[in-house]
Amino acid sequence: MDLFQNLAIGFSTAAQPANLLYAFLGCLLGTLIGVLPGLGPLATIAMLLPITYALPPEAALIMLAGIYYGAQYGGSTTAIVVNLPGESSSVITTIDGYQMAKQGRAGVALSTAAIGSFFAGCVATLALAALAGPLTAAALLFGPKEFFALMILGLILASVLSSGPFIEGVGMVVLGMLLSLVGTDLSTGTQRFAFGIPQLFDGLDFVPLAMGIFGFAEIVKNLEQDDKLSLVTQKIANLFPTRDDFRRMVPAMLRGTALGTLLGVLPGGGAVLSSFASYTLEKKLSKHPEQFGKGAIEGVAGPESANNAGAQTSFIPLLTLGVPSNVVMALMVGAMNIHNIQPGPEVMTKNPTLFWGLIASMWVGNLMLLILNLPLVGLWVKLLTIPYRYLFPAIMVFCSIGVYSINGGTFEVYEAAVFCVFGYALIKLQLPAAPLLLGLVLGPAIEENFRRAMVLSRGDVSVFLTSPLSATLLAAAAIAVILIMLPTIRTRREEALQE
Amino acid sequence: MTGPTIRDQRAFASGALFLAFAIFFFVTALNYPAGTAARMGPGYFPRLLAIVLAAIGLAVMLGAVRRTAERQALRRWDVKGLAWVTGSVILFAVLLFPLGLVGSLFVLIVVSSKASSEFTWKGALANAAVLIALCLLVFVYGLGLQLPVWPALLN
Repeated sequence: MDLFQNLAIGFSTAAQPANLLYAFLGCLLGTLIGVLPGLGPLATIAMLLPITYALPPEAALIMLAGIYYGAQYGGSTTAIVVNLPGESSSVITTIDGYQMAKQGRAGVALSTAAIGSFFAGCVATLALAALAGPLTAAALLFGPKEFFALMILGLILASVLSSGPFIEGVGMVVLGMLLSLVGTDLSTGTQRFAFGIPQLFDGLDFVPLAMGIFGFAEIVKNLEQDDKLSLVTQKIANLFPTRDDFRRMVPAMLRGTALGTLLGVLPGGGAVLSSFASYTLEKKLSKHPEQFGKGAIEGVAGPESANNAGAQTSFIPLLTLGVPSNVVMALMVGAMNIHNIQPGPEVMTKNPTLFWGLIASMWVGNLMLLILNLPLVGLWVKLLTIPYRYLFPAIMVFCSIGVYSINGGTFEVYEAAVFCVFGYALIKLQLPAAPLLLGLVLGPAIEENFRRAMVLSRGDVSVFLTSPLSATLLAAAAIAVILIMLPTIRTRREEALQE
Repeated sequence: MTGPTIRDQRAFASGALFLAFAIFFFVTALNYPAGTAARMGPGYFPRLLAIVLAAIGLAVMLGAVRRTAERQALRRWDVKGLAWVTGSVILFAVLLFPLGLVGSLFVLIVVSSKASSEFTWKGALANAAVLIALCLLVFVYGLGLQLPVWPALLN
């Protein structure tokens, strides 16, 4: 295997001073914004997307990956210090992290999260590098029917993992796919659902939709609930875990890393699933399950390692198969499209420096976050004291300028305003938005592959079941649907996904 | 009581939303040729999806009237907050070219601030001053985004 040769290409790209700077900037800005309550990685990336327009593609992707990890890290910090998950994958960290902070061990919890994440990041980088080659080779064997089946599997799993009833998740996926049909039909050139509006001929943009739903509508929701932050006020001293802490956190970190690395690769998986699964596992294996929820260090070390590993390996399906496994990856597709990169198996062969540079920069970003976060944690905590009434207009300003800058026109801003109302309706109806966005991103590829497969089979639908690979993928999707319908699993899932 | 009652209003409204979108897309798709399964026209896939969505919508609505359904009321909307936030975004888009970035951001910040229950003029104006300066520095001078900075009349 020329794994090490590839990594060498990657590190020589990532280590260029300019790219190091962009990785650093990404991590810094990502942490800065990710720390702010109510802003997860998705909104953070969407807001900061315009900053990367002017950069060369490699630098842009490196910076975006840095923003992603930074925002995740920031989420963990708020989870531990103020009991507020910055995003869904750090929900779990609030349970034991905040308890540790209340016992005066915030510093230890933060360093556990940081060390666990860094270790997981190192392992996941290697996994990503090792799996990229074989998976890309496999992807080249995929035809239209296999891609169709793979994407169906991904969407089904994404609906299974979204909150709320499964059938409503599927409904959101289908609605997202319908919205993706707006624009020019590539096979015939017909304008569909555009109603003569020229700005719609290229389809609905992902970014205004994401900003409307995850930026603006989220603000309206946050303004409704007048939550006061329960800030842990004592100074965060003593970052160093004791020997006993180490003895307990290392095995949890190892298990969390392994679990996250595996679950991140799964379509529909990623950071959220990984952290939940790791917490459950640690609680099961622990000799002192009664300590969980009262400040057990394993409850921070395991999930924090797992979510970082999962976040990183969720790039694997995107980079090798071109299929985003979660909403953040869907946004990365949007970012890649802006730079004229079509994610998929060709990236690695056509653009090896970009591909391996991105992977190497993930490790670099993890290292930077370790350095950035531990000494500066006091500064991040200070950010939390900014009152929301000053914060949300700032978010609105950045989102509005960001949306405007996509095409340099106001049409997208109006679009975002419409999706703000729509997103607010979704919040009130408790319908999950993530499956909608995935449907929107995957819709065109699903239609194209479906149509191609049907042309090749002369209209015979059974072709999806006679090809072994596509039959296997569809069977996996069917099994997921059946499992979710079983009463015991349904209640377990509802417990796990409850926020 | 005769006939089914809507026990789960939330789910019923969700299902109705799906159904409404399904009907809209199906009816609009009737304008595009469907073709055959072997040679699909632009209308084939949309109709297929719309039918699937309609089925899901109906299933969700039926689930909401089942006797075993959990009772859930529709949640109240904060119409005022939504109007301030959405309105400020629309005003930003309308005013960007006539008023330039400085003027339209000012409107965006002050109007959106009204959505907060803790609104004060002093706070909003101070926030506007800081944010406008920051945006000019970052977006106009730093990143060189093509934006009109000052009102069109002054140019």
